[in-house]
Amino acid sequence: MSKPGVKTSHAGTPFVWIVKRDSVSRKQAYLVRAAAILGALMLGAALFLAMGHNPIMIYRDMLTGSLGRTLARTETVRIAIPLLVTALGIGLAFKMRFWNIGAEGQIIMGATAASYFALFSGVPGPYLLFVMFFAAIAAGGLWGLIPAVFKSKWNTNETLFTLMLNYIALEFVRYLQFGPWRDPRLRGFPSIAMFDQAARLPRVFGVHIGWIFALILVAIVYIYMKKTRHGYEITVVGESIPTARYAGINVGRVFLRTMFLSGAICGLTGFLIVSGANFTLSEMVTGGVGFTAITVAWLSRLNPAVMIIFSLFIAMLQRGANAVQTTFRIPSSAADILIGFILFFILGCEFFLNYKLVFRKKVK
Amino acid sequence: MEQLIFFITAAVVAATPLLFGTLGEILTEKSGNLNLGVEGMMFMGAAVGLSASFLYEQAVGAGASGFLSAVLAVVFGFLAGVLGGLIYSVLTVTLRANQVVSGLALTIMGVGMGNFIGELLGLRAGGFASVSDVTRSAFSGARIPGLSGMPVIGRLLFSFDFMVYMVIAAAVLMIWFLNKSRMGLHLRAVGEDPATADADGINVTRYKYLATCIGGGICGLGGVYISMVRSSGTWIHNCVGGLGWISVALVICAAWSPARAILGALLFGGLSVLRFYLPIQDVPAQVYNIIPFLATVLILIFTSVRQSKERHQPASCGVNYFREER
Repeated sequence: MSKPGVKTSHAGTPFVWIVKRDSVSRKQAYLVRAAAILGALMLGAALFLAMGHNPIMIYRDMLTGSLGRTLARTETVRIAIPLLVTALGIGLAFKMRFWNIGAEGQIIMGATAASYFALFSGVPGPYLLFVMFFAAIAAGGLWGLIPAVFKSKWNTNETLFTLMLNYIALEFVRYLQFGPWRDPRLRGFPSIAMFDQAARLPRVFGVHIGWIFALILVAIVYIYMKKTRHGYEITVVGESIPTARYAGINVGRVFLRTMFLSGAICGLTGFLIVSGANFTLSEMVTGGVGFTAITVAWLSRLNPAVMIIFSLFIAMLQRGANAVQTTFRIPSSAADILIGFILFFILGCEFFLNYKLVFRKKVK
Repeated sequence: MEQLIFFITAAVVAATPLLFGTLGEILTEKSGNLNLGVEGMMFMGAAVGLSASFLYEQAVGAGASGFLSAVLAVVFGFLAGVLGGLIYSVLTVTLRANQVVSGLALTIMGVGMGNFIGELLGLRAGGFASVSDVTRSAFSGARIPGLSGMPVIGRLLFSFDFMVYMVIAAAVLMIWFLNKSRMGLHLRAVGEDPATADADGINVTRYKYLATCIGGGICGLGGVYISMVRSSGTWIHNCVGGLGWISVALVICAAWSPARAILGALLFGGLSVLRFYLPIQDVPAQVYNIIPFLATVLILIFTSVRQSKERHQPASCGVNYFREER
């Protein structure tokens, strides 16, 4: 494309065109992304305004509802734990451009395996939680491995495959809940029995110790991604499969290994949910975490450390939306809309970090 | 025989939202955009279509016309889908964002938006939003004098609600458009090789926007069908429940052909209502419920194992086109 200054007339020169930016400083990048999130919240404010509410009051109540009191804060952290752990799992797969949107199913399978041992195994108390932990990891990992096997062998579309496995896992839990695992002592809606004390995670600072698991996992995943050969292979496969092959990486094996890990981490989420928060298994076990965590992973640009911040942020939105549900009579799905807006804005703003617009200069 | 007719008509009703979604996504993918937001656009169409009917009835009161109410539901449901497609196009075509994640974002937002609007309607109606009988009858099966009364054929061909005929018309129109029209040819060129199409003077951006927005609108109609016909004009939480995702899979199963999409949707519609017509003792409902999802998985595997040259995804699908990087 010719330079704008050289031309004497601007016939054929577009009014505006797009030029690749060299690089943006870190500070600038953060500013642009912060502005994007702010923009999304403003759009949300416009929505609330259109509904006849005062958006400032709503956001204020969301803030106090999620951070105002100790109880609210522990609740927010409790929501953030499964989001963070799942985002770590999803992040591994996304880094190699393997679109694992099957976290819901992997969480369910992990939760189911853990619940089996909690309810029926008779493993003695001190060992029970360990057994549940490993059962959940194995089940989640194997459930995640299935689509990877087909992807590495026949390049089967993993996006839809992982998603379909969600529904299959969900129906499986429903079957257990309405059938063989239904607690006959409980009347009314069919449900599974509550866990014994031995199958419940202890609390530290008012929240179940899942948060410690999550923080340790952040460190492990961070090191795995940045410092090990495996992590390097994942990055190369994600950037270009032909390059990876050329470099002698066994792409199929990377798919299998990483998806087992990704599913296993999501399975761990299932364990944390049933043994730390719900103390039982039900068809509602995931609460949509598998999808919301995609947002956390992407907003954090797949960086494990940043995921801590965004899992808390999204948890605040969800907790806050719950709080304003009663006071303002706004459905709590408002949180999903806000999350969607934020994703849109963040996805859109990357453009302004990578490219700049050049406007046609005025001809004197 | 009687049972078989019931089964076929139920399968057609179950197939209709799937076919809307599949047709919309085929049109979208033909332009090289892989929009995974079908589920979200269906939710938006379902909620907005229902709201249009509901609010119209509330505004007019007793004199509401069922015809007008149905038209409003269809138009606004379509527009809601168009809005979804537009958001996706702005992100991926203009702002060059990742197609997979943009589609997922659209689904997350659309599901939230759909449930939000649905619940809001419920609050407004005092617990439970539902349209009146005039609208419901506008969406119920046709009674064409002289035709619907015919034995067997009348019920198999002339007894459906108007949206069933609409989706078949849309499929036929799309077969013609993609194979016989000049614009359809251009669209396919854009999807296969945007750089060459661009060099030929085809406005790539315009084709991508139009195909994705209209495709989104068609997906929105699938949503309208779910809220207005399947849920008989009420809001049921999470009413779309994965049908949008099955539609995306059906696109692969139909190998990007609207004609095969009709067959695929009918097959899946049939599988999803099998439980009511072929109950087997001691087989729990959940086993039947997984059949469509399991079938999708099997089809995904099957189509990937036997890769064929003619039946492939438009070559540029999933990749954004940057003219500067040509």
